Amino acid sequence: MAKQIEVSDLDAYYGSHKAIAGVTMTIEPRAVTAFIGPSGCGKSTFLRTLNRMHEVIPGARVEGKVRLEDEDLYGPNVDPVSVRRTIGMVFQRPNPFPTMSIFDNVAAGLRLNGRFSRSELNGIVEESLKGANLWNEVKDRLGKPGAGLSGGQQQRLCIARAIAVRPQVLLMDEPCSALDPISTLAIEDLISRLKLDYTIVIVTHNMQQAARVSDKTAFFNLAAQGQPGMLVEMDETSKIFTNPAKKATEDYITGRFG
Amino acid sequence: MTVQTGIQPISAGRRVKDRAVQVLVYLAFAVAVIPLLSVLWLVVKNGLKRFDVEFLTHSMRNIGARDAGGGAYHAIVGTLEQVLLASLIAVPLGLLTAIYLVEYGNGGRLSRIISFFVDVMTGVPSVVSGLFVLAFWVLVLGMSFSGFAGALALSILMMPVVVRSAEEMLRLVPNELREASYALGVPKWRTIVKVVLPTAFTGIVTGVMLAVARVAGETAPLLLTVFITDSINTDPFHGPQMGLPLYVFDQAGRPTDTAIDRAWAGALTLILIVMLLNLVARLISWWRSPAKRGS
Repeated sequence: MAKQIEVSDLDAYYGSHKAIAGVTMTIEPRAVTAFIGPSGCGKSTFLRTLNRMHEVIPGARVEGKVRLEDEDLYGPNVDPVSVRRTIGMVFQRPNPFPTMSIFDNVAAGLRLNGRFSRSELNGIVEESLKGANLWNEVKDRLGKPGAGLSGGQQQRLCIARAIAVRPQVLLMDEPCSALDPISTLAIEDLISRLKLDYTIVIVTHNMQQAARVSDKTAFFNLAAQGQPGMLVEMDETSKIFTNPAKKATEDYITGRFG
Repeated sequence: MTVQTGIQPISAGRRVKDRAVQVLVYLAFAVAVIPLLSVLWLVVKNGLKRFDVEFLTHSMRNIGARDAGGGAYHAIVGTLEQVLLASLIAVPLGLLTAIYLVEYGNGGRLSRIISFFVDVMTGVPSVVSGLFVLAFWVLVLGMSFSGFAGALALSILMMPVVVRSAEEMLRLVPNELREASYALGVPKWRTIVKVVLPTAFTGIVTGVMLAVARVAGETAPLLLTVFITDSINTDPFHGPQMGLPLYVFDQAGRPTDTAIDRAWAGALTLILIVMLLNLVARLISWWRSPAKRGS
């Protein structure tokens, strides 16, 4: 299931503003890659370029190459919808569909994409909720609105929704920043279990979190305010946090700026 | 000059200002509500005199100028048909326009032009829309006066109201929901149909009802397009029809007390129909709301 992502010389723009410049990296399958860096350095933007969610914003565009194994995601004949079906995403704020029940939320990606029998759906929903570690908490109230859950549960519901369509890669944009420590812990446990099956990329502001959950860490920074963000370095997480190659990384990690 | 710090009681000046503004707000509320209530009161008081079964089931056919009796059945049928037809034209068009403006327009040139003309249409006096249909549909195309011609005129008035209210409701749908749907690999059109529209459904229904209420009481455009008749005509596509506003206008212009009473009863019927439609809309939104289904 899990696939490797290769990015080469990627620039992303919002209108005429260049948000990130010249990012080249390889994201390993069945591993967690964390993106860290100060606010506005383009790490979320970069994450969104990986499943073509960036271009949803009016005026936004991308130059460069992103390859998932052998496929060029920005190739001329590639349907962005199919890219997003292959590369799922979890957002910063939990965003369950307010008009749908817990069950319908998890089944949304399947229902909106094709025909599934009720029993197929039941199976996939249960499996996804178990995968997101939420099944035991909600199995008796699958018909209730998803918006009625707590923040942490909602976020796990969103993860269940994302894995229900069986993506090959899961992108997470600060999935714990709106959650309390206990919910955060639950999500982090979940991430370490999910990485057995998926390629996971997580953006985080929390460096302890990056150190805890990730195998590789990429540090992004921008030269100055208004300049595009870029990749400073990427390496094994243990190396980034103990013996980074660049001075800027060390300064950021030790809290000297940002 | 000393700067006072610490916790202090509310100063006299702020107390006075608070009182004054409070009085002003209540006064404004009263000024707005009193005419409304008095209109409602008058209509109910005068309308109940003739609001009976005969009134609701009979037309004005063969009712002489001085006769009592008679009813507004033909007008009720006409109004329901005309408003329904107008809604069938205006709601899909208005909704699609709103979807274009919010989901596809991106503030581009075309969407700004559409927006501008919707604003212009909001300001079109109702007589003008009636005149337009009279000139174009009846005089140029040679169609007859009919309920459908009236519905055309009403739909012109309805459309901008539907567009504006639906547009606002669609804009209230958080972008995060659209992104969540895209991220699941759902195409844009399905996202709009399955996620955006259901989320905005309650608000859109309310907006449509406001538009219906607005056109249900229009008289001038009907006068020019539907004409007036005393007989029952259930076919909205051929021949003159009646409408409740026309009925009220027609009866109120007659010199006898019985006619005046019928006019009041007609006005009461119109208000009740609009209220009933509103109630139905509320029920639909309540029935569709997730809060209810969840419990």
